[in-house]
Amino acid sequence: MKQKSTKWLFLILALGALLALGACKKKAAPPPPPPPPPPAAPTASISVSPNSVQAGQSASLTWQTSNATDVSIDGIGAVQANGSQTVSPSDSTTYHLVAKGAGGTQEATARLTVTQAPPPPPPQPTVTDEDLFNQSIKDVYFDYDKADIRGDQQSSVQADGQFLNQHSNINVTVEGHCDERGSTEYNIALGDKRASAVKNALTASGISASRIKTISYGKEKPFCNESNEACWQQNRRDHFVYQK
Amino acid sequence: MDKVRLAVPDFKPSSTDGQNAALLKTFNDTLWNDLDVSGVVELVSKSFYPLQVPGQPPEVNFLAWNVPPPNAAMLAFGNLGVSSGRLTVQGWLYDVKNTQSPQVLGKQYADDAPSDAAVRVMAHKFADEIIFRLGGGIQGIAESQIYFVSDRSGHKEIWAMDYDGSNQHQITHVGSISLSPRISPDGSRLAFSSLTKTGWELMMYSIDLNRLLSFPRLGGTNLSPAWSGDGTKLAFSSSRGGEPEIYVADASGGNLHRLTDSKGPDVSPVWNRKTNAQIAFVSGRTGLPQIYTMESDGTNQQRMTDQGYAVSPNWSPNGQFLTFSWVRKYGPGEPGASDIYLMDVASKQWVQLTHDGGRNDFPSWSPDGRHIVFQSNRTGNLEIWMMLADGSKAQQLTFSGRNSQPNWSWK
Repeated sequence: MKQKSTKWLFLILALGALLALGACKKKAAPPPPPPPPPPAAPTASISVSPNSVQAGQSASLTWQTSNATDVSIDGIGAVQANGSQTVSPSDSTTYHLVAKGAGGTQEATARLTVTQAPPPPPPQPTVTDEDLFNQSIKDVYFDYDKADIRGDQQSSVQADGQFLNQHSNINVTVEGHCDERGSTEYNIALGDKRASAVKNALTASGISASRIKTISYGKEKPFCNESNEACWQQNRRDHFVYQK
Repeated sequence: MDKVRLAVPDFKPSSTDGQNAALLKTFNDTLWNDLDVSGVVELVSKSFYPLQVPGQPPEVNFLAWNVPPPNAAMLAFGNLGVSSGRLTVQGWLYDVKNTQSPQVLGKQYADDAPSDAAVRVMAHKFADEIIFRLGGGIQGIAESQIYFVSDRSGHKEIWAMDYDGSNQHQITHVGSISLSPRISPDGSRLAFSSLTKTGWELMMYSIDLNRLLSFPRLGGTNLSPAWSGDGTKLAFSSSRGGEPEIYVADASGGNLHRLTDSKGPDVSPVWNRKTNAQIAFVSGRTGLPQIYTMESDGTNQQRMTDQGYAVSPNWSPNGQFLTFSWVRKYGPGEPGASDIYLMDVASKQWVQLTHDGGRNDFPSWSPDGRHIVFQSNRTGNLEIWMMLADGSKAQQLTFSGRNSQPNWSWK
C-alpha cells in the first residue's frame, strides 16, 4: 500500500530531524547516575499464643522483623530481630513491637487477654445416693402375726425393687419389726420372716441377694410406744436402711 | 394334803456383839420368807406366839406351842451371835407334839466373816433342811438362782439374783440386746441370744470363769437356746436355712440337726428334762403361735393348744406339766390379756394360774416343781414375779428397770 509506507517514511525522517536538532544544539553533559534505590523499609510482626489465658498461666510471644537494626518491645526492652519469649502477665497486656531500620520504622502489636480465674462455684446442693434412697424407698407394712406381703403393699415393694435396679451401687439392710404385743422370742422370729419375705420379693425381681442384708428386731426397737392399733401398725413393718 | 403348821419365832442373840441386831433381822426375815413361800408348811402367825420364845432346847415349853393359840405341829427355833469375830448360828426343828423325842433337826453354821450375805446363806440352808424334812424329801430351793433380762444398765443384759430377789447383779456386759438366758443344769454355763453386727447369735457365758466362752456363729437369726437335762445338748431356733426352725446341737454348738420344717416361725424350744427325749416348742405354722411337743429327733409333732396365742412353754421337772403364756380368747374386742397356764401333758387338761388382766409371760419352773417364776406388767412396769404352781402367793422380785424372761436354776 503505498499510502502506509509513505507515512512510515515520513515518521522516520521526522525523528531523525529531531535527533539531529537536539544533537545539534549543544554539546550534552553525561546523565547523572540513577539515585541508589531507597533502603528497604523494616517489616515487623508479633503474635502471642494463646491470646487469652487465665491469670497465672503463660503464653508464648513470637515476633519477626526484617530490615531492622533496632527492635524493641514495650515492657520487655531490646530484643533480637526474631525471637520468642514466654510471658505471664497478671493483667491483659498489649505487646508493642517497634522495629527501626534505615528504611524507617515499623510497629506491630499483639494483645494478650488475661482473665481472672473464675470464682469457685457455690457449693451445689448435691443429692447424695443416701438422700435419693431416703426420698424414694418405702417401708413395707404387715398385718398382725403375718409375714406375707399384703396386697396394698405390693406397689411399695415393686417401687423399691425398681429403685434398687436403677441404682445398682446402692445396698440395703431390711429390718423386720413387730408390734409390742406377744412374746419377745416369737416376735424376733416373726420379724426375721418379714425381712426374708421382702428380700425374697426383691431378689425375685432381679436384685442380687448380696445387696440385701436382713436383720430382725422383733419388738425390741419400736417406732412408737402407744398401745393402740395406729401405733401397732407403724411397728409392724420392714424398715429399709441405706447401707453405708 | 394339809400343810404342816410350823411356828418360827425369831432367833435369839447368843452374845452381846453390836453386829447381832442387824444380822438377826436379816436371818429372821430370810428364814421366815423361805418357809412362807415354800408351799410345804403353813406358818403360824407370830401374833399367836407366847411372850417367851426359846433360843436353846432346854428353853422349849411344849405346852406353849402345841395347843391353841399357836396350835403348832412343828417348831423351828435357835440363836445367832458374833463372838470374837466369828458368826455362829444354831437351829433346831422340833416336833412339839412328841415331847419324848422332839428333835427332828439340829444344825450349826459358822462363818469367820460375818456379813449380811453370809447370814442369808445360813438362813437359806436351814430353811432348805426344814423343807426337805417336811416336804416329802424334795430338795428345797432357798439357795437357787434366777437368771433374767434387765435393761437397767442401759442395755438389755443378763442378770442373776437369789430366788427371793436378793443379790441382784449383772452378769453379761455385751452392750447390745441380750435375751433368753438359760442356765445349764450344773449351773456352770449360761446360754443366751445376743444381737451381733451380723444378726442374732447364741452365746455362752462361763459362770465359773466369769467371761464369755467361744461359740460358733451359725448365721441367720439364732434364738432361745434350751439345755437338755444332762447338759450335753442345746435346742434352739435358727433361720440359718431360710426359715426359723428348731435345731438340736451339742452344747459346744457343733453337730447341728434340724428338727422342724414348717412354714411358720418355730421358736422357744424346751426339753423334758426328766426323759431328755421330748421337746416342747412354739410354732406359727397354722397362723397364731401354738404350743407343740415332739420327740427329740423331731418325730411325732403334736399340737397342744387349741386356740388363741400361746407361747413360752416350760416343762416341769417331773416331766408331767407344761407351763406357758396364753391369750386364750383372741381377736378384735377380746381383752387380750396373756396369762400363765398349766397343762397336764398327757391329758392336755389345763388350769389358768394368773387372772389379773395384764401381760404375763415366760414362766419358768423351780427345781422343786412347786414354784413358777414369770414376767408380769401388772404394776405398770415389766417385772419378775414368783408364785406357787397353783397360782397362789404371787410375790414381786424386781423393782427397778424393765425385767423379763426369768430362768430358774436346776438346783
